[in-house]
Amino acid sequence: MTSLVDRGPRRRPWKLPFRPRTILIHVVAWTVGLAWLLPFIGVAVVSVRPLSETALGWWNPSPFHLTFDNFISAWNNPGCPLSLGLRDSFFVALPATIIPMLVGAFAGYGFARFRTRTRDYIFLSVVLFMAVPQMMVAVPVYNLMIALGLISNLLSLILVHSAWGIPWIILFMRNFFRTLPEEIEEAARVDGASDFKIFYKIVLPMALPAMAAVVVFQFMWVWNDFFFAQVLVQKSDWFLSTQCVPRLSGQLAHPYDLLSAGAILTMIVPVALYLVLQRFYIRGLIGWTIKG
Amino acid sequence: MRSQATFVAFILPATIFLIVLVIYPVVATLTLGFVGADGQFTGLDNFATVIGSKQTVNADCLQTGPPCGTLINNLIWIGLHLPLTMFMGLFLAMLLQRVRGAAIVKSMIFLGMVTPLIVIGTVLKFILEAPIGLVPAFFGSIGIKGLAVNWLTSNPSTLLFGLIMGTVWSWTGFSMIVYSAGLTTIPKDYFEAARVDGASEWQVFRKITWPLLKPVTLVIVTMTVLWELKLFDIVIGATNQQGGLGGAADVLALQMYRFFYVQDYNHAAVVATLLTIFTFVVSISLFRELLNLPRHKRRLLRARAKPAEVGTDSPQATIAPTGDSP
Repeated sequence: MTSLVDRGPRRRPWKLPFRPRTILIHVVAWTVGLAWLLPFIGVAVVSVRPLSETALGWWNPSPFHLTFDNFISAWNNPGCPLSLGLRDSFFVALPATIIPMLVGAFAGYGFARFRTRTRDYIFLSVVLFMAVPQMMVAVPVYNLMIALGLISNLLSLILVHSAWGIPWIILFMRNFFRTLPEEIEEAARVDGASDFKIFYKIVLPMALPAMAAVVVFQFMWVWNDFFFAQVLVQKSDWFLSTQCVPRLSGQLAHPYDLLSAGAILTMIVPVALYLVLQRFYIRGLIGWTIKG
Repeated sequence: MRSQATFVAFILPATIFLIVLVIYPVVATLTLGFVGADGQFTGLDNFATVIGSKQTVNADCLQTGPPCGTLINNLIWIGLHLPLTMFMGLFLAMLLQRVRGAAIVKSMIFLGMVTPLIVIGTVLKFILEAPIGLVPAFFGSIGIKGLAVNWLTSNPSTLLFGLIMGTVWSWTGFSMIVYSAGLTTIPKDYFEAARVDGASEWQVFRKITWPLLKPVTLVIVTMTVLWELKLFDIVIGATNQQGGLGGAADVLALQMYRFFYVQDYNHAAVVATLLTIFTFVVSISLFRELLNLPRHKRRLLRARAKPAEVGTDSPQATIAPTGDSP
C-alpha cells in the first residue's frame, strides 16, 4: 500500500510517451528474438552466395553476389538429389498423416463416448506409448519389414509412422470429443442412425479444427524424422530429404554451400506449414503436452 | 455408444497398428537383450558388456575430460540443458507477456522447434565451425584464442559443450511456448490483488506465478528429459555416426544405432532397453503426478508428500492433461 500512496500525489514535470522500463523490455525481447534467428540467417546468407565469399564468415559484406547455384547443385546432387528426397518425404508424410489421423480419431471417439471406467488405463498406456523411444522398436521392425519385403520401400515408413502417431492422436481427439455436446448425437440416434454413421456424418465434420491441429503436428513430426528413415530406407534411390542433408557433403571436406541449400530446402516445408497454420500447431503441441 | 461390440470396432484399427508395430517390437527387443547372437539365453551378460564398456561409461573423463561415454553424456546433457532451457523459456514467456509483437518474437525463437533436428545439427556447423562460424569469430574478436577454434573438430570439450548449447538454442522455444500457455491460465486478478497489496515483482513470482505453474513445469521437465534421452539427429548432423572427435558427443541413441548398423542386434537391444527404462521412469513419475490416480493411491502419495506441499495440489486440476472436460 505504502508504495502506491507515496507515488500517487507526486506529479512528474514531464512525461515520456513510454516508461523507460517498457522500452527496455521491448529492446531485450526483440534482441533475444533476433539473436535466436541469427544462426538461420547465417545459413540463409550462405545458401545464396558463392562459397568463396562466405567461407571466412557469412557476415562479410563484400564482395556480395546473389546466386542460386547452391540450390541447383543440392537439387541435382549426384549422391542424394534433394529433388527426389523432397518428393519421397511428401510420399511418406502425406499418408502417414492421414492414416493415423483417421484411425486415431476413430479410437478417440470410442474412448470419449463409451461409458467405461477405463480412462486412467488409457492415459497410462498413452503416456507409456509416448515414452517408448524409437530405438526400442528399431530392430524388430527392421526384421519385420525384411520379412514383408518392405525394406527401402516407403510403405514401411508410412506404416511405422502411422502407428507411432496413433497414441497421442487418440488422447488429443478424445479430449476434443469430450468437449462436444452429446445431444446432437443422441438426437441422431433416436432418428435411427448407427454409431458409425453418427461418427462420420456428424462428429467428424465438427472435429475439423482438432483434425487440423493433428495434421500439422503429425505431418511435421513425420517430415522431420530421421531415425526411422535411417533404419528402414537404405537404398539411395529412396532416401528422404532429412537423410539427404548429411549425405550432401559426399567426399568434400567443408561443403557449406551445398549443406546450407540442402538445410533450407528441407526445413522450408515444415517452417512454411508452421507459419501458415501456427495456431493449429500450438494447439497440437499444447494438447500433446498439456491439454487440448 | 451402447454396445461393447461397437466400442471394440472403434478401437480395433488403432489396436492392430499398435500391437504389430509397437507392442510386439518392444517385447521382441526386450527378449533380444537377454540372448546371444546364436539365440542362446545369456542372462545379463549383454547388459554387463554394454554398461562395462568405456563407450558407455568412461570414468577416466574425470581426469582427462571428454569423451565420458554415452550414458554420462546423456546425463551431462540433462544436467545442463534442462535447467537452462526451462528457466530461459520461463523468463522469455514472462517477458513476452508485456511486449508488443510478442507473437513474432515467439515465432523467431520457436523456429528451432519446427526445423528438422538433422537440419539443426547441420546449422550448428555454421555457428560453431571455424572460420565460417559466428561463435569462434566472436571469441577471436574479443581475444580469447582458445575458443577461436573450430569447436566441433579441434577439442572434445568444446564439441560437447557447443552441441549442448546448440540444443539449448533449439529447444528453448518449447518451454517458452508451453510456459506462455500456462501463464494465460492464471487469472489476472491474482496479480492485480497482489500488486494492490504492495507485493514486489519477485514476491508475485515466488508466491503466485511459480507455484501455479508447477504442473506446467512438471510437463516441461518430463518432455525435456525425454527429449534429452532420445537425442540422435542433432549429434549425427553436427558430427558423424561416431559422435565426433573420439566420441566426445556420443549419446545412447547413437550407440544403439551403431550396434544396429553392424547388425549386432543383441547389444543394440540392450542399449534400447536401457533408454526405455530411463524414459519410463521419467514418464511414470509424470503420470503419477498429473493424471487422476485412483483415490487410494492419491492419498498414499499425499501422505508421503510433505505437509507444506499438499496445498499446491489444487491447481493441477486446471491443467492436468487428463481431467475430464465437462
